[in-house]
Amino acid sequence: MDKDTKPPLLKRLMDNPWILLVLGVLIPMLSYTLWGWIELTMVPPAPLP
Amino acid sequence: MSSSSTSSAGLTGSDSESRSCHTTGLNVCLTAQRFIKLNAVAAVVFLLLGGVAAILLALTRWQAIHLLPVDWFYRILTFHGLNMLIFWILFFEVAILYFASTTPLNSKLFSRKVAWVSFGMMLVGAIMVNVVILQGKADVMLTSYLPLLAHPAFYLGIILVAVGTLVAVFNFFATLYIAKRDKTYEGSVPLVTFGATAAAIIAVVTLLHGAIVMIPTFTYSLGWTAEPDPMWYRMIWWGLGHQSQQVNVTAMVAVWYLIGHLATGARPVNETVCRGAFVLYILFINLASAHHLLVDPGVGSAWKIWNTSYAMYLAVLASMIHAFTVPASVEVAMREKGHNKGIFGWVTALPWRNPALSAVVLSLLIFGFVGGITGVTLGTQQINIIAHNTLRIPGHFHATVVGGTTLAFMGLAYYVIPLMFKRNFIGRKWAMIQPWLFGGGILLVSIGKSFAGSMGVARRTWDIEPAGIYGSAAHMFLGVMGIGAIIAVASLFIFVGLCVGTILFGKRIKEGEAMADWGTAQPVGDAKEGSLEHDHWSMKGTIVLTAVFLLCFAVYYFANWKALADVWPVR
Repeated sequence: MDKDTKPPLLKRLMDNPWILLVLGVLIPMLSYTLWGWIELTMVPPAPLP
Repeated sequence: MSSSSTSSAGLTGSDSESRSCHTTGLNVCLTAQRFIKLNAVAAVVFLLLGGVAAILLALTRWQAIHLLPVDWFYRILTFHGLNMLIFWILFFEVAILYFASTTPLNSKLFSRKVAWVSFGMMLVGAIMVNVVILQGKADVMLTSYLPLLAHPAFYLGIILVAVGTLVAVFNFFATLYIAKRDKTYEGSVPLVTFGATAAAIIAVVTLLHGAIVMIPTFTYSLGWTAEPDPMWYRMIWWGLGHQSQQVNVTAMVAVWYLIGHLATGARPVNETVCRGAFVLYILFINLASAHHLLVDPGVGSAWKIWNTSYAMYLAVLASMIHAFTVPASVEVAMREKGHNKGIFGWVTALPWRNPALSAVVLSLLIFGFVGGITGVTLGTQQINIIAHNTLRIPGHFHATVVGGTTLAFMGLAYYVIPLMFKRNFIGRKWAMIQPWLFGGGILLVSIGKSFAGSMGVARRTWDIEPAGIYGSAAHMFLGVMGIGAIIAVASLFIFVGLCVGTILFGKRIKEGEAMADWGTAQPVGDAKEGSLEHDHWSMKGTIVLTAVFLLCFAVYYFANWKALADVWPVR
């Protein structure tokens, strides 16, 4: 396709479910899961009797 | 509606028989139709089971009645949560995914065998879970927080449901792939398919979390591995538990657009903006799971505030875009049809006898005004401390998941059943009032729970009397909740009766006939489609509604900050 007639980036993003799938999995996995998991691993064990 | 076989560009191949629908003019893949039927029927059965449980729970929390003994309360609470939040919703969503990836794209379903595997796994899993719960071997509630431990079959059942749903999601994406490969459509996919794609992507994240948390818990319940860390369990579980509700929200919004179009001919006021809002859901809505951990000590404030505020607000923005564009598109369509009287003349001219339309309007209002406003407020870290684990939380999510999603899905069923089973609905007058009863009932449930929760009444508590601290006002609001539940569940029974009665006894739609019209907006005067396309003031009624919404939002939000300030006054 000619460069001038290429659809805008946002439209190409919206028309590509695979990129949306990758981004949709990656962002929550990094922001919620991985970050939270790292924080939990840094909690020191409680000194139980 | 005929059932003649076709071999259009997309619907080709050995298992690709299709029929032409004389209501929508679209081709329906018969394989997809079979699985839409199977999943929709299973969904309605689980809805019925969850509804029976709902009334038992409400009549127990209504302290004046206090129906169930303590062990059965927690057993039925577990049963209600799983059937309503997981089984009813997931089965219906799979039906939506199969519809959205085939009919609007003129495509065949990727694989019948994969669809059977998915349905079989989901059904076996759901039955296993329900049997184990009713046997009293899994009184752990929906969240099944460790160190509470259920029978291994409970976890295995959930794993089967999750993996079965993931298989259906795979079938959906594979269908999108073959539709594009076979060029069964031109340009971008329709908005309803795009919305379903967003829901499917969110479902992938959800089900991955389900696998991460449930597999080690299952092996622990068998005694094969050590106990997973309870804090870790909570965090990963909410990646499943809350995100599954985000799948609902996304599918519900797709249904709003679809029914708006079917009932009034509405077209999105701006496709790019609507799709952009779905992209915001895909990228950011899953982070909101963090608000379940706002009082957990293991994760820090930066993680909590980032995930529940800055990032989540991008998803809230998406919801507000949809909540504007859906009524705006309906308003423009109605004004183009000549219903131009005043600010809200288009509202009174809507085809209110159409139960799908009234279900969607109520869904939008309850979801936005009650569920949305309370959700954003309760998801604020500081305010959450005065609401966490009170009845305010189920007050919020009964407005989103039940008043929003369930009501919208009920509305969709008024089209899906005639179109897929080729039978016209019985009891059409009952159908017209059913969404109003359900919406009104669930609104009372939500209000009753929210106000009782504001007075400190805890959620998931069998008996509040021993605490001896709740006054007559709290008890009155528990009564409001109970009355609302009776109305909502009665309406649910009407809905299920109408669906089952239609499937068994509804008048058959003959070859070449369209389904009986529920009521669509009719043009008056010199109406012209597209005449208001560039007239932004033509959506002035929606702008007024939006202003009212923002005012309610501001009042509720700052009232909660005031309530927080009253807990710890700064002098």
